Amino acid sequence: MSAKKLLVGIFDDDHTLIHAIEHIRHDGYKVGEVFTPFPVHGLEHALGLRPTKLHTAGFMFGATGTTFALSFITWVSTLSYPNNFGGKPFFSLPSWIPITFEMTVLFAAWGMTLSFYYLCKLYPGKQPKIVDPRTTDHLFSMTFDLDGKDEAYIEKLSSLLKAQGAIEVYIKEL
Amino acid sequence: MSHFESPLREPLITGNKTWKKITDDIVVNTTGDIKPLWLIATLISAAVAAFGVFCIGWEVCYGIGTWGANKTVGWAWDITNFVWWIGIGHAGTLISAILLLFRQKWRTGVNRAAEAMTIFAVVCAGLFPVFHMGRVWDAFFIFPLPNTRGPLWQNFNSPLLWDVFAISTYFSVSLLFWYTGLVPDFGTIRDQAKPGSIRWKIYNVLSFGWVGEAKHWERWESLSLILAGLSTPLVLSVHTIVSFDFATSIVPGWHTTILPPYFVAGAIFSGFAMVLTLMLVARKVMNLEDYITIAHVESMNKILLLTGSMVGTAYLTELFVAWYSGSMYEQYAFANRALGPLAWSYWTMMFCNLIFPQFFWSKKLRRSIAFTFFTSIVVNIGMWFERFVIIVTSLYRDYLPSSWIDYRPTWVEVGIYVGTGGIFMTLFLLFSRFFPVVAIAEVKSILKISGDQARAEQWDEVKDDDVYKTLEK
Repeated sequence: MSAKKLLVGIFDDDHTLIHAIEHIRHDGYKVGEVFTPFPVHGLEHALGLRPTKLHTAGFMFGATGTTFALSFITWVSTLSYPNNFGGKPFFSLPSWIPITFEMTVLFAAWGMTLSFYYLCKLYPGKQPKIVDPRTTDHLFSMTFDLDGKDEAYIEKLSSLLKAQGAIEVYIKEL
Repeated sequence: MSHFESPLREPLITGNKTWKKITDDIVVNTTGDIKPLWLIATLISAAVAAFGVFCIGWEVCYGIGTWGANKTVGWAWDITNFVWWIGIGHAGTLISAILLLFRQKWRTGVNRAAEAMTIFAVVCAGLFPVFHMGRVWDAFFIFPLPNTRGPLWQNFNSPLLWDVFAISTYFSVSLLFWYTGLVPDFGTIRDQAKPGSIRWKIYNVLSFGWVGEAKHWERWESLSLILAGLSTPLVLSVHTIVSFDFATSIVPGWHTTILPPYFVAGAIFSGFAMVLTLMLVARKVMNLEDYITIAHVESMNKILLLTGSMVGTAYLTELFVAWYSGSMYEQYAFANRALGPLAWSYWTMMFCNLIFPQFFWSKKLRRSIAFTFFTSIVVNIGMWFERFVIIVTSLYRDYLPSSWIDYRPTWVEVGIYVGTGGIFMTLFLLFSRFFPVVAIAEVKSILKISGDQARAEQWDEVKDDDVYKTLEK
């Protein structure tokens, strides 16, 4: 993959960052990516990100677990291997609830977590593109794609970033 | 501005921290030379763990006959230890999941270490039922795997099988929860290292290439919240199911409906005691006093007082119900616990779990590190005896007096128990050296609200209000 040219704005406060994003987006610029050292509340609204559907996926995985556990236990206990335990019916739903519950949780948790890593494309051994290593420490950064943009655009955007409280603005090829 | 929180609340992070300082304070514990104290502690723990492995090997070679378990006391030290370790694990999930749902910010200082403790405790717990099987090479029979032994399946109505599912789900979900929380912090540690160095590469693998994109954080928060929502009923179900192992049997002293809530409260009680034991040492040795403050210790002591009282109430309720039931076997079981040959274990349990935590009604004692440490040890002992009382004193005098028998543990049983302590400590020490012991990102996210500077600012804002003037006096 060819190197991408990015304009990077560095901020040292989360509130300044959110205000800057709101302002810059209002002025019609497209914010590429924002990196923060911890989850900043309100950032997703400022960036206009679509709310994550991860919880819906979690529900679907959970429902799969419930269905799988109940149908499997039913098949085992009534068809494949029916046994008389203390004269109780082969289909004894109440005593299957604990395992059904555990399987629901198991499927939902694993399904959601694996979906999370899949969607974020995170995996062991991934070589990350680190724009600025300080953004996992104490600073916040905002990047803009500069491909096909002229000098005037870069200059205007840089001064806008500084006016919005960026402590550093620089160009980086990644 | 960050949202307002009463300045009367104690700050959760002290020492005038900045975000940068938080990173440095936590990461410094994973860098630098290995301290001799840590090395000695780890070697001793590993030696103890090795002895435990030797005892397990002995038991596997010579069979369950090497234990003191006998014809009526089929469950003894082994299951006592299993329940004890599982109980200890529960505090980690309580702190990370239930306190997250209740938005208790003080959890951020201790959740990482408590979750690690959960996982290591469940590892130790899992060994006991597995090796109690005797023919451990057939342990996979407990899972409903497709097989050629005819159509031979497990009994899905058995609480013992429910336990298999509960414990294995609990272990794997706790592991996911813990690791997903660790990923951003591994990213932080990686970026503190020199790019391209071995250290950078190792932590990069551990961090899964985390860089902290806004979208990733959004998903991460959603995932954490839902895993917390799933873990909360899960942790309650696990000890409920463990209690079903006892409650669904017809042994006097076990066959009671109070067991599930009583076991869950006891689990949280013993778990918090273990968290305190470990964290009081860790905060001192690793200079984390600014992150695990006296306010944290006091909060945990309040939970200890609450759950200790719940457990105590359960003990007394059991006694009442045994008398009120009119069943002579039930009455005898309890009279024998309190007055029989093993009465000393019953009264140790009563003293450690019901009476001793009551000292925490005093604020001064709740905030005393030395007293808290001592109490945490007392509670750990008391909760071990609770399981011993429930198991051994219910079994050693069977319905038939000719079957009455004494129970004495052998060195193999004791060795396995001591060995799991070594395994637990070895894992915890390795964790404390190489992993971030405090959740870096989560502590950073509360700094602006619950740090001491934030409290001072908020005090400045409101100090002229009448209500605060009267309080100041």
